[in-house]
Amino acid sequence: MQFEAREHTPVAFLLIVPLVAVLCSMLLASLLIIWAGQSPLQGFALIFKGAFGSSFAITETLAKTTPLIFTGLAAAVAFKAKFWNIGGEGQLYCGALAVTWLGTGIVDLPPILMIPFLILVGMIAGATILMLPVFLKNQLKVDEVVTTLLLNFIILLFVGYCLEGPLKDPMSMGWPQAAPIIDSGIFPTLIERSRLHLGLIFALLAAVIIWAIFRFTLWGFEIRAQGLNATASHHAGINSNWTIFKVALLSGGLAGLAGVSEVAGLKGYLTLDISPGYGYTGIAVAMLANLHPIGVVFSALFLASIFVGADFMGRSIGVPNFIADIMVASSVLCILIGLLLCKYRIRFNSSRLKQVIS
Amino acid sequence: MVILEIDKISKSFGSVVANKDISLTLNQGEILALLGENGAGKTTLMNILFGQYSADSGQIKAWGKVLPAQSTDAALKAGIGMVHQHFTLAENMTVLENVMLGTQSLLSWRTDTQAARAKIANICQSMNLSIDVDLYVADLSIGERQGVEILKALYRDAKILILDEPTAVLTPQEVEGLFEMLRSMQKSGLSVIIISHKLDEILAISQNIVVLRQGQQVAQVATATVDRGELAELIVGKKVPEPINHQLAPGEPVLHLEKVNLFKSSSEKYQLTNINLLLRERQIIGIAGVSGNGQRELAAVISGVLKINSGKFEILQQDARKLSIKQLTKLQVARIPEDRHSAGIVGDMSVWENLMLEDLGANPCWRSGFLINTSAAKARAEQLIEKFDIRCANMNMPAKLLSGGNIQKLILARNFQLSPKLVLANQPVRGLDEGAISFVHQQLLDAKAGGSGVLLISEDLDELLRLSDFVQVMHDGKLSKAYPREVLTPKLLGILMSGGQLDSADHAADLATRSQYHAV
Repeated sequence: MQFEAREHTPVAFLLIVPLVAVLCSMLLASLLIIWAGQSPLQGFALIFKGAFGSSFAITETLAKTTPLIFTGLAAAVAFKAKFWNIGGEGQLYCGALAVTWLGTGIVDLPPILMIPFLILVGMIAGATILMLPVFLKNQLKVDEVVTTLLLNFIILLFVGYCLEGPLKDPMSMGWPQAAPIIDSGIFPTLIERSRLHLGLIFALLAAVIIWAIFRFTLWGFEIRAQGLNATASHHAGINSNWTIFKVALLSGGLAGLAGVSEVAGLKGYLTLDISPGYGYTGIAVAMLANLHPIGVVFSALFLASIFVGADFMGRSIGVPNFIADIMVASSVLCILIGLLLCKYRIRFNSSRLKQVIS
Repeated sequence: MVILEIDKISKSFGSVVANKDISLTLNQGEILALLGENGAGKTTLMNILFGQYSADSGQIKAWGKVLPAQSTDAALKAGIGMVHQHFTLAENMTVLENVMLGTQSLLSWRTDTQAARAKIANICQSMNLSIDVDLYVADLSIGERQGVEILKALYRDAKILILDEPTAVLTPQEVEGLFEMLRSMQKSGLSVIIISHKLDEILAISQNIVVLRQGQQVAQVATATVDRGELAELIVGKKVPEPINHQLAPGEPVLHLEKVNLFKSSSEKYQLTNINLLLRERQIIGIAGVSGNGQRELAAVISGVLKINSGKFEILQQDARKLSIKQLTKLQVARIPEDRHSAGIVGDMSVWENLMLEDLGANPCWRSGFLINTSAAKARAEQLIEKFDIRCANMNMPAKLLSGGNIQKLILARNFQLSPKLVLANQPVRGLDEGAISFVHQQLLDAKAGGSGVLLISEDLDELLRLSDFVQVMHDGKLSKAYPREVLTPKLLGILMSGGQLDSADHAADLATRSQYHAV
């Protein structure tokens, strides 16, 4: 068996690969559902029903999609420039912390100004915290994977401290949570009596803007060139430190925005569990979308529906909802293999096979 | 005695025919040269021979037995050894470990280095090769690494050695050493197939020549019966013009280095000491030297990648010490990088995108503010592709699929459409075929005629002596004074390149032979 480089990758491949990857991960998951003693068909039917079976289910799925689009875009933007920002989770909490600080009464503006203000604050917070790894990388060549990853835990512990101390809501009956965002800062809901909020529109808008940046601007061109061949882009005069800096601003800002949208949109106040690892799942979202900004929207929707649907399945037939995590992980693995096959074709050595057989 | 027979081999990749009905024979103790332009099918043929590809039709016989298709094992067992153009050595291992790598059974507990050492010593002695097997490969020069590659093949008892462009990265001295080695191998009964673009070398070393063109075999001739011009014509299929450098009156200085120093740092292995260089308009200055004597650093300084520590550095009579790369391109400095694949193009981007890589900051036609005007960029790409004869299926294909010559044309197109004032050409024709070399040289000469100053860094002495008005020699980070081309010969350059001084008697004697030569 040999790998032979493909000269051309058919465009259809790039569209089919994610679908095949999803199918493969479903096959793997069905083995686990069988192991749990249930029928996979029923399992998937329940997952689908849980995610899309009612208007409530749909709004829940979309509400879960929103932060994943933001963190997925954050990862996709950074990875395009080969800047490995693993710190989406920490940047998300920074955004959340910043809106809690400025959104709970210190600043009071009418909604038309307050919401943009909070968004800006959250983006700045997420981007700022990423400047430390950027500085260490650009000046001292410290690997950003380590710094961004470890920063997550520092930030999470700091948020924990704030919620037990300075930001603790005196009205919370002792729960570690912050005071609620004032009414003018709360994102309006899109559908009455649902948790679906304006954040989704912002997320979709962000995806389109990021896509346009990569497609139409010099900046996007430079980011792509740098990511694909840093030596050549450096030789051509693209300042790599400056590009990384700009990419980090964008990536950190998007992750911070996820925090804003969860606090000011979904929950209304900050707790230590506003994100069940959205920052990390964002990496899977970006990989599943092959770093394409519009693809991120669909892969975020897919992963959100798996999470919401698997919860429903777990409640209905007692299959553990960990199956969602396994499906997400296996679909990312499948897509990585699929992308490899886009670049290489496998040749089976027929003559040698014959030799072995004879 | 015929030891290898290639019989009517054909191979296509999709619609591209790489090899069509190619047949050749190799005798024991023969050095056979395989010639052809890039993409003529030489490497494909050798990969089929070595069992890396399977042929669509035809067969290969070694020692009278048919080789099974696509089996590297069988090729190795039949005594076929291949030395690839890009070395396959592990730099963090010693020579001994590299040579033994893959020859040991995975199941044995300990490695028998004693026997290996003896065998290597034996080979080295018979091949006239001196190498310390305990050195790390990282510490070897390129020429020595090539020796290790060959040693690796011989250690596996190769009787037929395939060398894919072995001299592309070697200095003249190292080439001479390699050829010595090949000749002693030949004497001991080994056969060699050598792929190369350098016709002079092929004429010097081979007995027979096979020429491929567009996948077809166009000639199999005895080396003694052809000359350089005939060979070039066979390869390209038409007469290749040899560009001629005309002396022109030099103009204003475009590049001026005075007492430039660049200190050693963690990332740079070499330093530049007290560099003086003055290049004027309508002038070509060649920089000769054995690779790794500071040419790379000099090029990096002039192309804005490295900043000097002290001295005067002016481009177009402006202080250039602090200029960024973008400012340099705005000043119309054209830069042809040494490694065109890694520093010249972004392989995964399309041809048209690569064509806009370089004048990013200069407010080119395809740019409006921070937006890219795709249709203007593509229209410009179309013009450049036509003007510079970049052969590609379409401008949307990834640049990495272009051949070496076409990649170089792409880089030239990007740089020369600016009508440059200063051209830095670092090894501009390394690894290119005759047609492409002629094209690149003509572009450099045209640039000179159009008023640019050209700094040509090369290890090919013929190229330097043919194109330059003056030559300076780089040795150990120092640059010699500028010698006019007329007073130089390859022999004199060789002395300077190895750090020697030109003895006046030497010089006079050499000049005398030269004037005789001219008189004849």
